[in-house]
Amino acid sequence: MSRFVINARGINHRELNVRVRTAAEMGSERIVLRNVHGQRYIGTNLRKPVRVEIFGTPGNDLGAFMDGPSLEVYGNAQDGLGNTMNSGEIIVHGDAGDILGMSMRGGRIFVQGNVGYRCAIHVKEYGSKVPVIVIGGTAQDFFGEYMAGGRVVLLGLTQRKGGRLRANFIGTGMHGGAIYVRGGVDPEQLGREVGVTEPDEQDLIFLSGAVGSFAARFGLDPASLLGDRFIKLYPKYLRPYGRLYAN
Amino acid sequence: MPFFAPAQFLIERDDARCIRCLVCVHECSFEVHVHDPERDEVWSRDERCVGCHRCETICPTGALAVRLNPMDLRPNANWRPEHVRDLQKQAETGGVLLTGAGNDKPFRVYWDHLLLNASQVTNPSIDPLREPMELRTILGRKPDQLEFDDRQGDLVTEIGPQVTLETPIVFSAMSYGAISYNAHVALIQAAKEFGTLYNTGEGGWPVEFRRYGPHTIAQCASGRFGIDLDYLESAAVIEIKIGQGAKPGIGGHLPGEKVTPAVAATRMIPTGTDALSPAPQHDIYSIEDLAMLIYALKEATGYTKPICVKISAVHNAPAIASGAVRAGADMVAIDGFRGGTGAAPKVIRDNVGIPIELALAAVHDRLVKEGIRNRASILAAGGIRSSADVVKAIALGADAVYIGTAALVAMGCTLCQMCYTGKCNWGIAVTDPWLTKRLNPEIATRRLLNLLRGWSLEIKEMLGGMGINALESLRGNRLQLRGVGLEDWELKVLGVRGAGQ
Repeated sequence: MSRFVINARGINHRELNVRVRTAAEMGSERIVLRNVHGQRYIGTNLRKPVRVEIFGTPGNDLGAFMDGPSLEVYGNAQDGLGNTMNSGEIIVHGDAGDILGMSMRGGRIFVQGNVGYRCAIHVKEYGSKVPVIVIGGTAQDFFGEYMAGGRVVLLGLTQRKGGRLRANFIGTGMHGGAIYVRGGVDPEQLGREVGVTEPDEQDLIFLSGAVGSFAARFGLDPASLLGDRFIKLYPKYLRPYGRLYAN
Repeated sequence: MPFFAPAQFLIERDDARCIRCLVCVHECSFEVHVHDPERDEVWSRDERCVGCHRCETICPTGALAVRLNPMDLRPNANWRPEHVRDLQKQAETGGVLLTGAGNDKPFRVYWDHLLLNASQVTNPSIDPLREPMELRTILGRKPDQLEFDDRQGDLVTEIGPQVTLETPIVFSAMSYGAISYNAHVALIQAAKEFGTLYNTGEGGWPVEFRRYGPHTIAQCASGRFGIDLDYLESAAVIEIKIGQGAKPGIGGHLPGEKVTPAVAATRMIPTGTDALSPAPQHDIYSIEDLAMLIYALKEATGYTKPICVKISAVHNAPAIASGAVRAGADMVAIDGFRGGTGAAPKVIRDNVGIPIELALAAVHDRLVKEGIRNRASILAAGGIRSSADVVKAIALGADAVYIGTAALVAMGCTLCQMCYTGKCNWGIAVTDPWLTKRLNPEIATRRLLNLLRGWSLEIKEMLGGMGINALESLRGNRLQLRGVGLEDWELKVLGVRGAGQ
């Protein structure tokens, strides 16, 4: 596999992304970015299934509108990771910021650590195109807000033993998709539109696949993760605000 | 509990003329007309009538007339019939009152208080029928200055992406879902044939439309419906929708009734759900964040397309517009409080925002004062009803105008304001396939082309009268305007003198 290394030190996002794109167009299939320091939009304008390894801290909107590539971050990511992403994969060996996966349309995101506020907001889905997000750690408030589709898994591995997820307003306005939480949540933490149930057989098949992929990417044992209790959060109503109006 | 809920419209049926063809019964989506086969009588349930006049228009014998019910309550200038009706409806349902189209309240229409100039004797007027007259408008960021190569004289300054309009009239954003597939086909065809642009609205785009991309403004709004790289790359301009004149500060709920399988596929949401557009874009909480999305879109499209930011006309519009331009917007669209909507809470539509005339003048002045007017084109929207309004908007400082309601009316809309019900009898603001078929896209295209042609001819006439032969010379040229019946503060905001001054 042809490998191309770019030293990102001291160059701005526009120039860095041009270099990455040029490398991909020249036929590099594996592009390594060293010394990344806050450059935005990495992966945005790449339309090839290249693999980009990012060392350092990429800036906001990593993989925004991305269509095809796979990005692997050895470090932490910032806000807006996978914003309106269409296809491809993003792996983060660290934490990520707010609105991760906002309006995501397809592809997969795996984060080893924790994520910020309003992650998985307004994730979409249609037919066979189902985005998947697996978070190894915890998430903050408004997780899965307005979700219209997709599958999101929250593993809570960074919590202290016996600790619980602290997020509130989970799934507010949710009207599609599903959220799986390892260990469970209290009803007060959920949006009013969210129902709680035990995962059924189909859910368990999905979970073993998604959690298995997560474990494989971070060198963990999937059996130890899947042995714990999961709950499934689902939208109670197709039209959460259908009764808001005087019709 | 019975309560007072009189019909808003009364249907007069001339039984002598009625031939029992039952077209009214079959056509009314609000199910006003009923046929009693036993007595072979047709009668109407007036309380269901919304006043769209479809039945009256299609009745082959002219047997029907729809009249406004005067609802003769004791006259009261304060508690008007509309208040009584709304109170009754809310007492019944406990919900938010919805409406469609634009603000219909009698606020001052500033266009009607502005008059145009014409040449007499000096600077002779021009006859556009025989002399060249330039309406071509080029939208996009213009450089602060031009630099040329010393030896060859070649232009050195890099010019950003520009789009050319043959007339300064652009079809404004109306989403697929809010208006029908056939309405979109008509708007896009007309834009292509006349050499102007059409705006997709925020509902994404059926993929087969992508070949029309060079005539399209692709919208990116808070719901992010239907946005992928193909969508962005196919368009001529990308517009970030921050606000809409009819409902500043709030998001949108496309009612589930209008989310058919085709709309659901385009938006990537479940069929029959309400399509939720959040109030803010959750990746934009500041001007810096706006810059981030502007540059995300520029990155996604290789810096080849102008990025427009659309805001509602609100109290501090000039500061917001300035921020948007500094954030990298190549165009700013300002939507006044009379702008239309497919669905909005009535209380918001009728009470929030300011008139486009004042906002436009204030934004133009602010950008000029800050020395950044060249960096962005201005599109004025919200209540442009005629070619005269277009000319006045350009004299106040707009580069071009957006028309939405005017285009719908050209296609057959009668402004019954029921767009939110998903029952539009004219096949315009509807997604139901049976109702959509009522709008013939070819006829609608022709009518839109006629509108663009007629307005463009009239604009040339007005320009010629002023002795101006290029629209560019009218832009921000407030000397061509005079106010009548306006107070000093209004003249000051508009930057125009009073008539006779």
